[in-house]
Amino acid sequence: MLTDDDLAAIWLTLRLATTVTILLLIIGTPLALWLANTRSLAKGPVSALVALPLVLPPTVIGFYLLMFMGPSGPIGQLTETLGLGTLPFTFWGLVVASVIYSLPFVVQPIRNAIEAQGARPSEVAATLRASLWDRFWSVTLPLAKPGILTASVLGFAHTVGEFGVVLMIGGNIPGETRVVSVQIYDHVEALEYAQAHWLSAVMVGFSFVVLLALYLLQQRKSALGTPYGI
Amino acid sequence: MRRSLWGIVMQRNMLVMKGLLALAVILAGSARADELTVAVASNFTAPMQELARQFEARSGHKLKLSFGSSGKFFAQISHGAPYHAFFSADQAKPAKLVELELADASSRFTYAEGKLALWSRKPELVDAEGEVLKRGEFRKLALANPKLAPYGAAAVEVLQHLQLEEQTRAHWVHGENISQTYQFVASGNADLGMVALSQILENRKVAEGSAWIVPAQLYNPIRQDAVVLKRGANAPALREFWTYIQSAEAKEIIRAYGYSTPPQDGNGRDNADR
Amino acid sequence: MGFDPDLLTSPATRIRGYFHLPLPRGDNERQFTLDVKLDIPGRGVTGIFGSSGSGKTTLLRCIAGLQFCKNGSLSVKGEVWQGMEKTLPVHQRPLGFVFQQPSLFPHLTAERNLLFARKRAWKSVSPTEYEQIIALMGIEHLLGQRPAALSGGEQQRVAIARALLIKPSLLLMDEPLASLDQMRKREILPYLEKLHRTLDIPILYVSHAVEEIARLADHLLLMEDGKIVREGLASAVLSRTDFPVPLGDDLGVVVDARIAERSSEWRLARVQFHGGDLWLRDSGEAIGEPIRVRILARDISLSLDAHTRTSILNRLPVRVQEITADSDPAMVLMRLEPKMQNASTTTETCLIARITRRSLQQLKITKGSELWAQIKSVAIVR
Repeated sequence: MLTDDDLAAIWLTLRLATTVTILLLIIGTPLALWLANTRSLAKGPVSALVALPLVLPPTVIGFYLLMFMGPSGPIGQLTETLGLGTLPFTFWGLVVASVIYSLPFVVQPIRNAIEAQGARPSEVAATLRASLWDRFWSVTLPLAKPGILTASVLGFAHTVGEFGVVLMIGGNIPGETRVVSVQIYDHVEALEYAQAHWLSAVMVGFSFVVLLALYLLQQRKSALGTPYGI
Repeated sequence: MRRSLWGIVMQRNMLVMKGLLALAVILAGSARADELTVAVASNFTAPMQELARQFEARSGHKLKLSFGSSGKFFAQISHGAPYHAFFSADQAKPAKLVELELADASSRFTYAEGKLALWSRKPELVDAEGEVLKRGEFRKLALANPKLAPYGAAAVEVLQHLQLEEQTRAHWVHGENISQTYQFVASGNADLGMVALSQILENRKVAEGSAWIVPAQLYNPIRQDAVVLKRGANAPALREFWTYIQSAEAKEIIRAYGYSTPPQDGNGRDNADR
Repeated sequence: MGFDPDLLTSPATRIRGYFHLPLPRGDNERQFTLDVKLDIPGRGVTGIFGSSGSGKTTLLRCIAGLQFCKNGSLSVKGEVWQGMEKTLPVHQRPLGFVFQQPSLFPHLTAERNLLFARKRAWKSVSPTEYEQIIALMGIEHLLGQRPAALSGGEQQRVAIARALLIKPSLLLMDEPLASLDQMRKREILPYLEKLHRTLDIPILYVSHAVEEIARLADHLLLMEDGKIVREGLASAVLSRTDFPVPLGDDLGVVVDARIAERSSEWRLARVQFHGGDLWLRDSGEAIGEPIRVRILARDISLSLDAHTRTSILNRLPVRVQEITADSDPAMVLMRLEPKMQNASTTTETCLIARITRRSLQQLKITKGSELWAQIKSVAIVR
């Protein structure tokens, strides 16, 4: 069955994924809103930048993060100046890495949800005396709710499933950076196949439930019909 | 499973090299070139590349080398991976393969004995006695995962001997294998690391930074065994390779990379530390 | 710059504005420019009529501030909405807007849609007023529903109620019936008429349907290619033979009249207008009540003498004022001035008839000819 180390890894993974999901929603929602509405020239490059982790191997991200967040990298020097030390081999280092790595999984669904609304709901609200801020909270955000829900699930699940980047910048410290995927890898490397099986089964079960939930959610959403015609 | 970055980088270099070699072989119009696939523990990457170069030039056969962690290779071999031979970072895995009748018992030998070095990229940090460990003037100490890598287990032994295990534990970061451990130190993310001597030597000298070659009495010898796998048992080219790899010439190359080469019984100990 | 400083000192009874807005269109189409100088009464319904692409909606969006127009100005009943120094953002303009698509918030029930407006209204909405507006639009039974569960017509009625609940000082309606089928249109039109009669809010009503304009508009702007090409009293503008938008069978005049007599024997009512009397079906209006009727050009036939032995009820002696070509080369249009003049009404009215070129030739009709107009049917539009 699962050892204490395994449970610690599971707990750490859940803590990491929750933190990352919350941060991603805080960062990703305004970013998605901006991308959905802007006519700025920066739209294309920023979209591409956000989507980059989709196509890059995790090793590239891990490698650059290790370089940039290390003592001689620009981010590392910044964090050291701020008295935070360097980020690799720390929980917050994993948080930063996972936020970057999972960003497209959160921004894209929210952006789609906002773009699907079109300008109309916001225009209607403006003619009903709602200010920009009011419109965002009372119309845009509630209408984007299914997208935000999808984004949260995907962001959380993707962080849980993250391996390559963590392996490269984590340093395998129990309770700090040794997440489930790394723990499974260690079990396999150490030829502890039974342990690897248990933990892997937990991951398979978890992922299945998450995707099933997402699928049911989307089904319900499409059953409600698309808001607004043209 | 995803490979470590260094593994990928190495393989890319290999591709270029292999291309050139293939060209050379074609130009030489060699008689009959056999292709051998060999799995090699990542700490032995550099010497193996040179050995392969020599062997290929001499025999006209081709070597396809895979570098990675011994644990992964073991798992792959026990599930039918098509390697002809396996150079492990330890003795246990080749022994286990023999036991599973996946390897030829008579072929097993210790091809190298690894040496441990405490290394930093900073030129002044590591002194000749390794006192830096006691002074604790570092933030991160990189070790290979002791559960997985023999070099990691040896590093922990050293710290135990020096009675520094508890004191330093909070600063440990684990590399999944000795290559990643090296990379943590090389990128400056860890101030210090227990790496393989072979990784930091260039022309028999420590190429960069500062290092303390850990005295051999502080840890159990890191003996690395090689075996011929089932698939290689009947390949004539492999027999040639096995002869070459145990030749004096080959041993000279291996020693140049900071390993010692024990006598053929597999238990000997070369104390001639440089 | 066509900025008009007069606009800023415009009287509290009018809506004045100026908009110059070049808009890029699709690749192969030429550029469209809205170029409009607006000066319309600050009460009643002003219809903005034109074919699609004439700039009606763009003008309405400029007035609302939904379309930014750098080169423009607007004052509504003495209040500057857009001027040299400041331009009010949409949410600071006291307006109500009804969109072509019924744009209820899909995540809120009909009632919460209404409350969205009530909460943000310019003046507080008393419970009585709230009830009244709901009753006016006849949506009491729909309040608990989500928009998706309502028909297009029901949604649009809720949307109109929502626009009213913000207590606007100007109501803008952008083809509110265009997305609805004929049945739904007929369902909503009476509500719009009630709105017109009950509430004292100026309405700008964009449409490309003559029927709606004829029924609702007091004042009319005709737009073509981004410009206002005609404007004036709705009945006058609609009665011109050179109406710039081809109306085909819809061409006709709108006549303001008054009920003069009701005959219970024949179930008919006699209405009096500037050019004489007309008999039409009694629809229950009281004597003296104003009424608006529409006479289509195709429903008028002409004869040289008064055929009294005919089933046609309404005959008027007229004089030919003008003969113009029709878009159909077989036909001509004629503008007819009634010879009898009723002193009781003030609005001058002409009739428009459409006859074949051949009839024109055979009857030797020229400008100034005196004829009898036989009117086959008259429709009450209000």
